[in-house]
Amino acid sequence: MSFLGSVWRWFVDPAHWQGADGIPTRIGEHLHLSAESLAVAAVIALPVGILLGHYGRFGGLAINISNAGRALPSFGILVVAFQVFGLGDLPVILALTALAVPPMVTNSYVALREVDPDIREAARGMGYRELAQVLRVELPLAVPLIMAGVRTSAVQVVATATLAAVIAGGGLGRYIIDGIATQQYVTTAAGAVLVALLALATDASLAGLQRMLVPRGVRLLNAPATARAATFKVA
Amino acid sequence: MRAGLFLEFVDPWINWDWLSTHIPHVLDALTEHVELTVIAIAIGLAISVPLGVLAHRNRVLRLVVLGFFGAFYTIPSLALFALLIPFTHLGGTTAEIPLIGYNVLILVRNVLVGLDAVPRDVLDAADGMGYRSTARLFRVELPLALPAIFAGLRVATVSTIGIVTITALIGLGGLGSLIDEGQIENFHTPLVVGTVLTVALALVADLGIAGAQRLAIPWARPA
Repeated sequence: MSFLGSVWRWFVDPAHWQGADGIPTRIGEHLHLSAESLAVAAVIALPVGILLGHYGRFGGLAINISNAGRALPSFGILVVAFQVFGLGDLPVILALTALAVPPMVTNSYVALREVDPDIREAARGMGYRELAQVLRVELPLAVPLIMAGVRTSAVQVVATATLAAVIAGGGLGRYIIDGIATQQYVTTAAGAVLVALLALATDASLAGLQRMLVPRGVRLLNAPATARAATFKVA
Repeated sequence: MRAGLFLEFVDPWINWDWLSTHIPHVLDALTEHVELTVIAIAIGLAISVPLGVLAHRNRVLRLVVLGFFGAFYTIPSLALFALLIPFTHLGGTTAEIPLIGYNVLILVRNVLVGLDAVPRDVLDAADGMGYRSTARLFRVELPLALPAIFAGLRVATVSTIGIVTITALIGLGGLGSLIDEGQIENFHTPLVVGTVLTVALALVADLGIAGAQRLAIPWARPA
């Protein structure tokens, strides 16, 4: 039987759809780790990027943090964190958060910077206080680029969460790592297909969320910034 | 103070004795890491520049190329390595195919950005001076696109150096194999050495390419 046929057989085998090593459980673990890391990273990164962008200061710092962050290998951080904190979700969440922060800081910084100065002036002239100006004028205009950063981070986090299996964690990486270890490449391939689909699905659903979040008026402005989202692959 | 029958063994983050006796081992890992990276970048560049030029001239090809490699880029590297094992087996080829694919996306996009940004006036002037289309491409358009191509080269190189660490999980021997070794043997030194050298290599490569850019095209300062 062909290899692809075996992979197909693996997927339709009901035994692989239940229990602690079943596909739904593993997808649940994978999404749980990814969502937690992304949420922590967003809470750290977005306020920092938005504040720096609003005041227009320390921009070089924000970009430099992002560049230095790119050079950090997630695999290394993950294993170091595992040696420090031991078994559990913490090392994974730490490594994934470190991965997700830089694109979100850079993108939200650039997003706020790119708001047209005339529009800021107009908001001031209409009597907006500073907080209202950020929340009701600048942020809505910045949503497309901020979301582009969130999407970049999310796809990379979902991709890299695979590595959790290296330090005895759960998630879809289990199939890949266990398959390589036991030379059962059908399991490995099945895991790879699942991760790839999950990464593509994450990107697509966040694109949907982005479409919902961008106000209609901004969509009509046809903000050119969306196309220039900085992407960077780390895993 | 804790008193016990057994001496407690504390594993320091760096065991200099181990390091001093394992320098060739570390250098082997570093060399393989550099080799895997250089091959991925060189082939990626050799594919991307012609492909970028063609895609710049053909709107359909541009959409197809960006769409295909964009989707490819979303697939996690470990998943791709794993998917290729049954076909190309454990080894360099399995590592290079995904790495090259990722680099093509980064580089083609930058070639396109560079070529798109060449001002219309400059093209008209070149035409007026009698440049044929090939000469115009090589002597006017590509030189003007070089800053964008260099920017892509830096991103691609730093990103490749990071991803190469993961090839250790499919049995290759770059710096990731030191990280893997530290993990399996519960021994901190190779893990720290592997991680630190990966970061250092990425920073050195980034600075090196920025320096090369300064020499090659002194009129455009790297960011």
